[in-house]
Amino acid sequence: MSHLPFPILIIVVPLISAFLMILLGWLRKSLCYLLLIFVLGITTLSSFMILEEVLWKGSIHYRLGGWLPPWGIEYVIDPLNGFVLLIVSTISLIIGITSKPMVEREFPERAIYFYCLYLLQITGLLGIVITGDLFNLYVFLEIASLAGYALIAIGEEGAPFASFNYMIYGTIGACFYLLGVGYLYIESGSLNMADLTKLLPGLLSSKVTLIAFAFFSVGIAIKMALFPLHVWLPDAYTYAPSTVSTLVAPLTTKVGAYVMIRVMVNVFPPTFFTETLPAALLLRWMAGLGILFGCLFALAQKDLKRMLGYVLIAEIGYIAMGIGFGNRNGLTGAILHIMNDGLMMACLFLFVGAITLKGWPRKIDQLQGLHQTMPLTSAAFVLSGLSVIGVPPTCGFFSKWYLVLGAIDAKQWLSAAILLASSLCNAILFFRVIEKAYFGKAGNEQRIERPILKRDEAPLIVLIPLWVLTLGVISLGLFSGTIISNIIHLTIPASF
Amino acid sequence: MISRFYDVIIQTVCRLLIPFIQVFGLYVIAHGHSSPGGGFQGGVILGASFILLCLSHDLQELRKRMPLKMILLFCSLGVMIYAGLGFLCLLLGGDYLDYGKLHLLFPVNEIQSRSIGIFGIEVGVGITVMAVMVSIFLNLAAPEAEN
Repeated sequence: MSHLPFPILIIVVPLISAFLMILLGWLRKSLCYLLLIFVLGITTLSSFMILEEVLWKGSIHYRLGGWLPPWGIEYVIDPLNGFVLLIVSTISLIIGITSKPMVEREFPERAIYFYCLYLLQITGLLGIVITGDLFNLYVFLEIASLAGYALIAIGEEGAPFASFNYMIYGTIGACFYLLGVGYLYIESGSLNMADLTKLLPGLLSSKVTLIAFAFFSVGIAIKMALFPLHVWLPDAYTYAPSTVSTLVAPLTTKVGAYVMIRVMVNVFPPTFFTETLPAALLLRWMAGLGILFGCLFALAQKDLKRMLGYVLIAEIGYIAMGIGFGNRNGLTGAILHIMNDGLMMACLFLFVGAITLKGWPRKIDQLQGLHQTMPLTSAAFVLSGLSVIGVPPTCGFFSKWYLVLGAIDAKQWLSAAILLASSLCNAILFFRVIEKAYFGKAGNEQRIERPILKRDEAPLIVLIPLWVLTLGVISLGLFSGTIISNIIHLTIPASF
Repeated sequence: MISRFYDVIIQTVCRLLIPFIQVFGLYVIAHGHSSPGGGFQGGVILGASFILLCLSHDLQELRKRMPLKMILLFCSLGVMIYAGLGFLCLLLGGDYLDYGKLHLLFPVNEIQSRSIGIFGIEVGVGITVMAVMVSIFLNLAAPEAEN
């Protein structure tokens, strides 16, 4: 088993299957879903095998076409991207399983193309994570983004415009990233990350390198929706079809965060953005403001999905802040939060998908009686909401704990205060929804007694994955010590 | 919507020109790995020849030569040739896209098999680029109901 070339299979299998999907769809439409699950199963299995091999034997290097690294493209997997690969493939598998009823309800006639784009999106995201070449990363970034624009545009009225907006922002972000790659190539003559790590320490005084770093940072910040550049996110994720927002919301921004860690901490020397440039300071400020604005805007929303979009912006702020502290605890918190937030967001957006599936409105003040009809679904929402707030046994607590420790180590008391205040704000946010769903009474204008609602749960194909995610939120919290000491500590460079 | 109009000069000239454009497109694809050109450039030339057919005749003429399903088929076929060829190298025991291993299938030496491998990839790229060109043109030119 272990001699199979998993690093390439994890990219090529979804890529070929995406195009096979169209041909298969003409023959038998019902097989498309099975192919999707089969392929996502293979990628998940591969990422397990890859991570296991990386943890036991050290980094894997895979050379495409047998070309040697500084010239050819190389896939490099170390504990950091092995970990992110596993998160991306597992969440995409779980969301893939739930996609069937939502696709049948919202756009049955476009199912084939949806599944094709789904696989292309996963190919792009996995490719961004696995590659060890900066230009190759750009190519995968574009694959993932283009698939994302098309997926979002399938949605309800307003989706094409939101997707167009996202496309313009995303294209500018990708251009900035590419300019960064170009400037770095002018200066160093290399595109390979490992090669650049060796070359860059001698080139740090050059202005070209500084400009390259600035372009990288802004480009990636647009892609991961960091605060002042987040404008595309709420619209795009609100109007997207439910299964699409469940897929892209947890994954796309997290993969952007991974790229930020990779470029700032691995490719450039870690001291560069903390000491040479005031980039870390700027990042902390943007992240802090992002957390505050995300929470405040979320409080103002009436639409549940839109509210989650703003919560997501605040969560991105946590990750960026953890990177910005530039110390071991902060980075541990950031990497742990990539995993935790991926799970929590998948869970929350899946909840919205599940209630939409049963014909519930997304308006928060119309959710009265939800717990009577869908007790298990709303219980999952409560648990993952508690995790976003940061209540101890859930995983959200642990990443916030490390972030606060990072803030204390870096002596950033204001950041620590923002982190704690945002928990409070999240508590208000989620208890507002929980109060409506559990204790909400029909408003005064409706004098008629509400009939006792019949139980009408989401179908099992949605409910079981939702609970798998919810149990994941709790158990990963309980096992977070093991995860940190066995995986995350290996991902942080020794100089931290 | 491009409707039929009768202009003997345009139609005759284009009818004469299109085959030569297509042969040139194939030439550019086939010589991609030994001279300037390649799958992308050749594919664009091939695609342009179909667009010229549509402009000089009408949409129905293009539909007759290239139905929508065929375009979609070509779109995915080209990528599958590319990825499949890479996969073949993997099955033959090499790395992904390591064409050197193709000499196990063809009666050529390792260096020639690299040339064959690159040619196969150029063909794949050419097919996809041609189909995507035509499909973008149709998306812009034809009313939505016909897509």
